[in-house]
Amino acid sequence: MDRDATADVNAPHSMGTTIIGVTYNGGVILGADSRTSTGLYVANRASDKITQLTDNVYICRSGSAADSQIVSDYVRYFLHQHTIQLGQPATVKVAANLVRLLSYNNKNMLQTGIIVGGWDKYEGGKIYGIPLGGTILEQPFAIGGSGSSYLYGFFDQAWKEGMTKDEAEQLVVKAVSLAIARDGASGGVVRTVTINSEGVTRNFYPGDTLPLWHDEVEAHDSLLDILNASNPEPMST
Amino acid sequence: MSSIGTGYDLSVTTFSPDGRVFQIEYAAKAVDNSGTVVGIKCKDGIVIGVEKLIASKMMLPGSNRRIHSVHRHSGMGVAGLAADGRQIVARAKSEAHNYESTYGEPIPIKELADRVASYVHLCTLYWWLRPFGSGVILGGYDRDGPQLYMVEPSGVSYRYFGAAIGKGRQAAKTEIEKLKLSELTCRQGVIEVAKIIYGVHDEAKDKTFELEMSWVCDESNRQHQKVPEALLEEAKAAAKAALEEMDAD
Repeated sequence: MDRDATADVNAPHSMGTTIIGVTYNGGVILGADSRTSTGLYVANRASDKITQLTDNVYICRSGSAADSQIVSDYVRYFLHQHTIQLGQPATVKVAANLVRLLSYNNKNMLQTGIIVGGWDKYEGGKIYGIPLGGTILEQPFAIGGSGSSYLYGFFDQAWKEGMTKDEAEQLVVKAVSLAIARDGASGGVVRTVTINSEGVTRNFYPGDTLPLWHDEVEAHDSLLDILNASNPEPMST
Repeated sequence: MSSIGTGYDLSVTTFSPDGRVFQIEYAAKAVDNSGTVVGIKCKDGIVIGVEKLIASKMMLPGSNRRIHSVHRHSGMGVAGLAADGRQIVARAKSEAHNYESTYGEPIPIKELADRVASYVHLCTLYWWLRPFGSGVILGGYDRDGPQLYMVEPSGVSYRYFGAAIGKGRQAAKTEIEKLKLSELTCRQGVIEVAKIIYGVHDEAKDKTFELEMSWVCDESNRQHQKVPEALLEEAKAAAKAALEEMDAD
């Protein structure tokens, strides 16, 4: 266990990650875990991997944290100018294309897996997956990040066309929670963003609200228990 | 008839004392003296028609095209100096192509019109460039429906239900105003445009002409294309018949 003792905290931050984007009857739901790791050290256990590009388009970021942040900053900037020129909100397709151009043209330097999701008045709710090389693929649902490996079979069975908003949300939360259970590089809380014609809603599911899966154990003496007790003294028992 | 801008009309970068730029107005005259171009927006698409005055009997019918496709979903009818018009079309094609390469969707017609207008206007700002001696009628069908724009040599661009430029524009506009465009389909619109162009053609002053027409509508699958042969012949026949009816009075 010696090598674990000196984790390099200056190593590039990578988001192990589980990210998901799902369309439903009326919009899209984006979901993600919240673990950002540098090697074996969890640099941020409550990160927000779902980033806003415009009022109606959000993205899920995976891969290198720095790379995905810079790509999203550039695309936000270009979309802003595009919106001003066009005089109306940009479409999800345009946002996805701009992400794709950056990802593809800089493929030698970047390591980003991105899911673009949003709602526009022409096409409704749309999800676009843009994995490592800069391919762009429009899909009814997309999964990404290291944790997604454990979800392919799950989605094959659980995905249905034309779900309601609540069904889709439950599906996303369940999926991220399953991936967190099996993927060491995913963890923390589950965040979701719902986008439809009415606007955007953010939801937050802390670890203790998530179901326990096979062989998972109840948390004991966790900080959450101590803080909620009447006497908030650590190590009082 | 026209006011002479003695001394103030030598450069496009000179204003006259009454605030006019004469060079731009002279450029517009080049458009006014060319064959009529008509465009209308029907309820399911756009129809563009051109009165192509034939300079010589040696020319092959169908040559010297005045209507060009800019992109799959849009086209332009050009009036004025032909070579200038070709430049404008080339620029429009380039803008449309670049937009699609960057944004992954066909260029919205409004954006295309803005870009063409900006380019035409650009060429009125420098003393070492002359204004374009041509105007265009741009019609297209995008996700916001069919739209019709007209760009003048000054760089001004407006959106229209119906527009006409060239020799017979006054008469053409009067005829267009009589039409109930919101109830016309493009199929009917093609017949009407043919009638208008045949109607405004001045037999006495001008030589023979060839009618060139294009459309972009639901029937053409929202693609810009020449009006199909059969329909074109039907339109020409209807237009000639309408003329004879008028002459018969």
